[in-house]
Amino acid sequence: MSGAGTETPVITVEGLVTRFGPQVVHDGLDLEVHRGEILGVVGGSGTGKSVLLRTIVGLNRPAEGRIEVLGTPVPAQTEADRERLEGRIGVMFQDGALFSSLTVRENVEVPLRRIAGLDRARRADLADLKISMAGLPWDAGGKYPSELSGGMRKRAGLARALALDPEIVFLDEPTAGLDPIGAAAFDRLIHGLSRSLGLTVFLVTHDLDTLHAVCDRVAVLAEKRVLVSGTMADMDRVDHPWVRDYFHGPRARAARAQAGGDEG
Amino acid sequence: MQSPPRPTIDVTHSGTRTEISVAGDLDVAALPRVDRALAEVPADRPARADLSEVARLDTAGAFALLRLRARLEAAGQGLEIAGADARMQAVLETVERSMPEKVDAVPARRSLKDRVEGVGRAVADAGQMSLELLNMFGMILARLGRVIVRPGELRVTALVHHAEAVGFQAVPIVALMSFLIGIVLAFQGAVQLRQFGAEVFVVDLLGISILRELGVLLTSIIVAGRTASSFTAAIGSMKMREEIDAMRTLGLDPAAMLFLPRVLALLLMLPILALIADAAGLIGGAIMAWAVLDISPPMFATRLVEGTDVANLIIGIGKAPVFALIIGVVGCHAGMRVRGNAESLGRQTSASVVTAIFAVIVADAVFSVLLAEVGV
Repeated sequence: MSGAGTETPVITVEGLVTRFGPQVVHDGLDLEVHRGEILGVVGGSGTGKSVLLRTIVGLNRPAEGRIEVLGTPVPAQTEADRERLEGRIGVMFQDGALFSSLTVRENVEVPLRRIAGLDRARRADLADLKISMAGLPWDAGGKYPSELSGGMRKRAGLARALALDPEIVFLDEPTAGLDPIGAAAFDRLIHGLSRSLGLTVFLVTHDLDTLHAVCDRVAVLAEKRVLVSGTMADMDRVDHPWVRDYFHGPRARAARAQAGGDEG
Repeated sequence: MQSPPRPTIDVTHSGTRTEISVAGDLDVAALPRVDRALAEVPADRPARADLSEVARLDTAGAFALLRLRARLEAAGQGLEIAGADARMQAVLETVERSMPEKVDAVPARRSLKDRVEGVGRAVADAGQMSLELLNMFGMILARLGRVIVRPGELRVTALVHHAEAVGFQAVPIVALMSFLIGIVLAFQGAVQLRQFGAEVFVVDLLGISILRELGVLLTSIIVAGRTASSFTAAIGSMKMREEIDAMRTLGLDPAAMLFLPRVLALLLMLPILALIADAAGLIGGAIMAWAVLDISPPMFATRLVEGTDVANLIIGIGKAPVFALIIGVVGCHAGMRVRGNAESLGRQTSASVVTAIFAVIVADAVFSVLLAEVGV
């Protein structure tokens, strides 16, 4: 499963149409995500990045089109399909979406409860491991989400998303609202985990630094579809006003200079 | 799709070393089995784990292996992990870096001291809350005084809007509730009084109990449930979204803009609602008296006017403004106590209803005692 299957997409979206009432969000959207890569999805506000994420994980029902995740159609048609996907994808929502009545450790334990025969002590140990992997201090496990900062809530959300060692994680704006140091640390965390655990990462972001630092490939959402997808270098060659503005604006130049400086 | 291969774990003891050979998926689903198997590895000799047959190793599997290693190392032995490919090595390293430090964080048991402290805190909080309520009450009174001096500052549109929400829209529920209470009271009264042949006193029973106590009290309870919660929710969500802070920075006074129109609307509407409730309750009682006791409506009216002192009505309606102030102040205050998250909004909303109803009933009891003292 390692390396060999880089060509088989783990997520396939074909001809996706999403509508909310009369408003069409996606019209004939195609997208492929390959195993082990970190895909950054960018686009202006209101282009349906988060909607796309929600649709792929099965929270929104598409009006038309076909979505396959790990060879299973989404939304799941049968109970068997649903079970097949369970535990193989993890989602980190924008603000962590932690259950506010549970401590961080209990939040991470929630998905682990599905494992038959796992006793409480071991479940707590495993949750602590995930919390520590997500870069939280050891004493964060006993805290409630309201006692955490925004960045820590995101990390806790990531720990919960990783609880069952999924093959794909979906991250919705992982660095939004973080200070630059916290955002850079989160970028490194995502990159490191993805590489060492072989995770496929589907990342919705606005953060140009994140795109430069971690993404193998970028998909640009515009005009209700994936306008272009490719590496950051490919983006330079795209001749589309929005893409040019996005990747060549003053902020983009700063991010690029930063990324170049880091590598050099 | 085939089910993932279940891991097989063979533990063999070759002289001075334990050989552990694992095959299949060493993942989180298999963790309980893996744990059981690895628990049998004795700690009195070194061990070697062969992973060359493992198809998939995830962090949970790596965790189990590293825990075994920690256990053996604690006993002065060691665990050699062999046959891991680059990918497994990466997983093992990631987990090793993140192994929770063995801090024996004993879950803090609540001792007696903590409990006493908790009680103390609750009392202090209650005292603090009374002070805050008093503060809110004073602030609203001050704004009221200001508006009386300068009526131009009153936000009439907001007042009318709140009067409609608080008063007019509550009329159906208040009237229906009171009508039904009148029916119940008349029926129960009739059953009891008939034993003494004193059926006609059911009119006095209804007149005094509804006009003096039940009309205004039940109306206040319903209004507390409807209105205190909606005040808290509205002000609390503004607090949550920093709208109140925005108002302050723009030089607007939240007390005058938000609290005063609401409290004033309650102050105006609650007596009217109580009056409506009195009328509905008496009508319900009269209908029941007519149906069960053959007391005709004209007879009921005559008896009511003769037998029931008008003081009862005045006392009943007179309590309404006090209750209105209580409900309004509690509702607005709970709204201001909302902190940045939705959870506290929910908590404060339900707390405001409970507090308002409780305070109204306490105030009613105080009224009863005081009025009994002066003999009205």
